[in-house]
Amino acid sequence: MDLGVHPGRIGNHLQCRIYGRIEALMKTQDLIDRFGLTAAAGKDGTDREIAGGYCGDLLSEVMANAPIGCVWMTIQVHQNIVAVAVLREMAAIVLAMDNQPDPETCEKADRENIPILLYSGTSYELAGKLYAAGIVNETAGQ
Amino acid sequence: MNPARTAQALKHFRADTHIHTCLSPCGDLEMGPRDVAAQSRHAGLDMIAVCDHNSVENAGAVMRAGDHVGLAVLPGLEICSREEVHVVALFETLEAAHQMQEFVYARLPGENQREIWGEQIVANEKNEVLGENLRLLIGATTLNLYEIVRQVHAFGGLCIASHVDRPAYSLIGNLGFIPPDLDIDGIEVSFRVPLCRARQSVNGIAGYPCVTASDAHFLKDIGRAWYGLQVAAPCFAELRMALKEENGRRIITN
Repeated sequence: MDLGVHPGRIGNHLQCRIYGRIEALMKTQDLIDRFGLTAAAGKDGTDREIAGGYCGDLLSEVMANAPIGCVWMTIQVHQNIVAVAVLREMAAIVLAMDNQPDPETCEKADRENIPILLYSGTSYELAGKLYAAGIVNETAGQ
Repeated sequence: MNPARTAQALKHFRADTHIHTCLSPCGDLEMGPRDVAAQSRHAGLDMIAVCDHNSVENAGAVMRAGDHVGLAVLPGLEICSREEVHVVALFETLEAAHQMQEFVYARLPGENQREIWGEQIVANEKNEVLGENLRLLIGATTLNLYEIVRQVHAFGGLCIASHVDRPAYSLIGNLGFIPPDLDIDGIEVSFRVPLCRARQSVNGIAGYPCVTASDAHFLKDIGRAWYGLQVAAPCFAELRMALKEENGRRIITN
């Protein structure tokens, strides 16, 4: 039975988790290239390193709990998402399920250099792919 | 005109501008128009607003029932934005409220499943059942907050953000903070927050007119929260002035 565990992938995974902070951190641009995301705004900010991931649509909750420097998956498109991203020093916001940002949201994101990336699938699906690719929060498993 | 003398001519009234009826799927079936009006009067209220989810179809019945018991009743609806933020829209006339309802209905997808969400009963002022609303009233419209506020104002209404102290379905809960460019007429805190302490308890509401409301879905909850109005009469025009603190009118928060 194939459990989906392949030595190469485990190797990548461990490398990211153990040595990632030193040599193999993923940047927002890598995210765009590897997972077919489209940058809708904040394209000047895609050089930032990704320090974890978060999913949520209640902005008050995301403000309180998202890891600093994370990539955040949401379906909210209001301009307040940019303020939340700035507050948590996020690497990027991903709008899942083909949600399109409001024009004011794009303007703010451009001003603040917060990349807004578009994804056609669900937050769940993308989060699974990112986790498998080694984007793991420092508090994972605690 | 002497402001002090104007203020002396004003009186204090008790208002609760967010009450549901049996039209809301989560509203108890005992919340018939006649009993909502009677219970509100019994609880000592002078003015209420009927705000069912995304609909005003029971407001006229409560207004007529209110006439019988000496209760002022404003027509309104609690609209759910695409951000899933609840806002109360209040109107001076039933006609204006119906115009808003038609605008909302055209942007409210889905059908109600009564075994999941509950029944949506349209009734008259004698509590007689007239029919059932088949729309998904509990659902979110496709309107963003700005579109809702703009349209409510276009129909001459007032827009108050519902229960902003709550974690969900609330302006602050869902959007983190009140967008500074949102032209909201006031914010409402739930019965859980004493109005006199609202500005200390809830961050980011300092610059906004603040009221409280029972948000009653059950008869027993009518009266659990209300606010005082210093106005000439309990009516829409005076409420508008109180929210803007014009001509000595005000919300009494202490």
